[in-house]
Amino acid sequence: MKPIIRVTNVGKQYRIGARQEAYTNLREVVTASLSAPFKRLRRRGRRDAETVWALKNVSFEVRPGEVIGIIGRNGAGKSTLLKILSRITEPTTGRAELYGRIGSLLEVGTGFHPELTGRENIFLNGAVLGMKRSEIARKFDEIVAFAEIDQVLDTPVKHYSSGMYMRLAFAVAAHLEPEILLVDEVLAVGDAEFQAKCLGKMGAVASEGRTVLFVSHNMAAVQSLCRRVIWLERGEVAEEGQAVSVVQNYLGKGSASATEKVWDDPHTAPGDDKVRLHRVRVRPVTGSASDPINIRTPIVMEFDYWNFEPGARLNLSLHLYNEQGITVFNALPLREPVWHGKPFPTGLFRSSCYVPGDLLNNGLHSVLLLVVKDQGTVIFSLNDALVFNVRDSIERRGDWHGKWEGAVRPDLKWKTEYLDAEVTTP
Amino acid sequence: MTNAVSSEELPSLRTPKLPDEPLFVVEARKSGMKFHLKDWWTYRELLYFLIWRDVKIRYKQTLLGAAWAIIQPLFTMLIFTFIFGRVAKIDSHGIPYPLFAYSALLPWTFFSNAITTSGNSIVGSAHVITKVYFPRLIIPVAAVCAGLVDLAVAFPMLLALMLYYHIGFTLNFFFLFPLVLLTTLLAIAVGTWLSATNVKYRDVKFAMPFLIQIWMYLSPVAYPSSVVPDRWRLLYSLNPFVGIIEGYRAALFGQAFDWKSIGISAVLIGAWLVYSFWHFRKTEKTFADIV
Repeated sequence: MKPIIRVTNVGKQYRIGARQEAYTNLREVVTASLSAPFKRLRRRGRRDAETVWALKNVSFEVRPGEVIGIIGRNGAGKSTLLKILSRITEPTTGRAELYGRIGSLLEVGTGFHPELTGRENIFLNGAVLGMKRSEIARKFDEIVAFAEIDQVLDTPVKHYSSGMYMRLAFAVAAHLEPEILLVDEVLAVGDAEFQAKCLGKMGAVASEGRTVLFVSHNMAAVQSLCRRVIWLERGEVAEEGQAVSVVQNYLGKGSASATEKVWDDPHTAPGDDKVRLHRVRVRPVTGSASDPINIRTPIVMEFDYWNFEPGARLNLSLHLYNEQGITVFNALPLREPVWHGKPFPTGLFRSSCYVPGDLLNNGLHSVLLLVVKDQGTVIFSLNDALVFNVRDSIERRGDWHGKWEGAVRPDLKWKTEYLDAEVTTP
Repeated sequence: MTNAVSSEELPSLRTPKLPDEPLFVVEARKSGMKFHLKDWWTYRELLYFLIWRDVKIRYKQTLLGAAWAIIQPLFTMLIFTFIFGRVAKIDSHGIPYPLFAYSALLPWTFFSNAITTSGNSIVGSAHVITKVYFPRLIIPVAAVCAGLVDLAVAFPMLLALMLYYHIGFTLNFFFLFPLVLLTTLLAIAVGTWLSATNVKYRDVKFAMPFLIQIWMYLSPVAYPSSVVPDRWRLLYSLNPFVGIIEGYRAALFGQAFDWKSIGISAVLIGAWLVYSFWHFRKTEKTFADIV
């Protein structure tokens, strides 16, 4: 069958630091052009280093009516791809042919104006997304019903709760009727019930014979909605094929998470002639490495290693990073009661680090492992020794559906007291 | 994930008939000259909605609301009347000075507000530009068109002044419509150019207020263009606003039109418009990346 989307060798190059020097001012341009000849001399041969390919040689075809999942780590180029397909930005190389109208849910609520009412925003947002006025008017009641906002229809959206805002935004976007629908992570927001509703709507869209490109980190959703999946890795297509097998490879290959790694050969395992790793894993205290971890789960990180040097005083040091690369904590076994500070005989050891529940925030975490001798000399270090995803927990959300800020998310004790019935006015 | 529908179970109920030629081709654009007229037609309603939005929110959370559209030119007129009419005693050719000034301040206020909002419009719409596609040119054009509502609000004040000073209406009055159109086109030309330049050089935002001020004094707003010596007249009328303002006054006060300066203005505006659109199309492909 003829494809509805044909992407051929698409690449997108960004200048590194484009964010910082996003906008320039004339003075900088003048000084830059004056000093440019000198700079060019100095920078000769390093010009490639100043740019980065967010996408490189990406080619694929999508047949009409297909629901395609696009997966990959943050920064793999998923969003750039959707931005090119939706014509927001131009590719540096290659071309994409689209044989149908495109509608995107790149970020819902685009074009909402806080001062306008829900009713007004439905029309405005619909128009921004490319709907005709008559089309919006025809679907108006359906949109309002889907968003469940009939009570506040004529209230400015700045007074809406974040939940109401998201529901309205998704409702408008979901009632677009393009032949190709691009969806990017809209399911990351909202409560479980609403998410289920969104997934149902997407399924319905697909069943009407329309084509959907679905970008998500939610592998369960990808597997249930998509038959075919494209896995992007550093801007290139790492694998493309049946959803189940690609997702499995993606999860297994450590791109998404690595909750357990085993090295059987004491000659080639990571380390050196003094210490080598045998096994690392992270698991819920009451489960195995394949069990899910959410923000409430107490977890344990276990490191098995061979010591080859008799009498070495070893300790491990863990750096835990979150998705943004922020160090969440650095943990050392300084109060470990049995072996800390003692000479280690040769043999296999296991050090376990217990992380209580209600401490980590949701998201991908990675562990930098350092093996330290005599509490000062780093014997070796292993980046991404463990990579694991901490899921959100609905019971800790309350009515807030947005991103939960913070490197950690402890469940702190609160107390509110009623001190006095009298309200004193100064 | 209870409601999720497995795609395995879904038969394709209808497979849409695909066109032979792609509807859109996304690739690196080489020239800025290609103009997606089809796009404009598809998105004509968005233009309407953006104008409607700008008008709607302009005076929200203001105490005086749309009255601001009158207050601005009116107070400038009062100040001008005092400084130029009373103190400097500028000759307004038999037209009462307040009316003389207001007749020029009306298009000028529209123009200066229009290019200010239009010039900042692309930067102000960053959140939309990075999320959805539509012809970007709609944004600065809509910003200019929204200003026409203010012009309409301030217009009755002009009629009231004319009645007060017993200035009769002539058939020339109907020439106001093409003149308003010309003013709008000039505002679109300038606003579009500023909005595109502003994305890369935020200097525009700071330069705009005083450039507008300088431009006003280079235009016959507070004085008649007859004060400019004859040998400088041709150079003077290279300012497209000169022909426009003289045109407004001729239309309102039943004077003879200076077709030469109006013609020069029209040609300049046309050329500027073409250049601005070209400049805009050339730079717009980087908007989403740097805005």
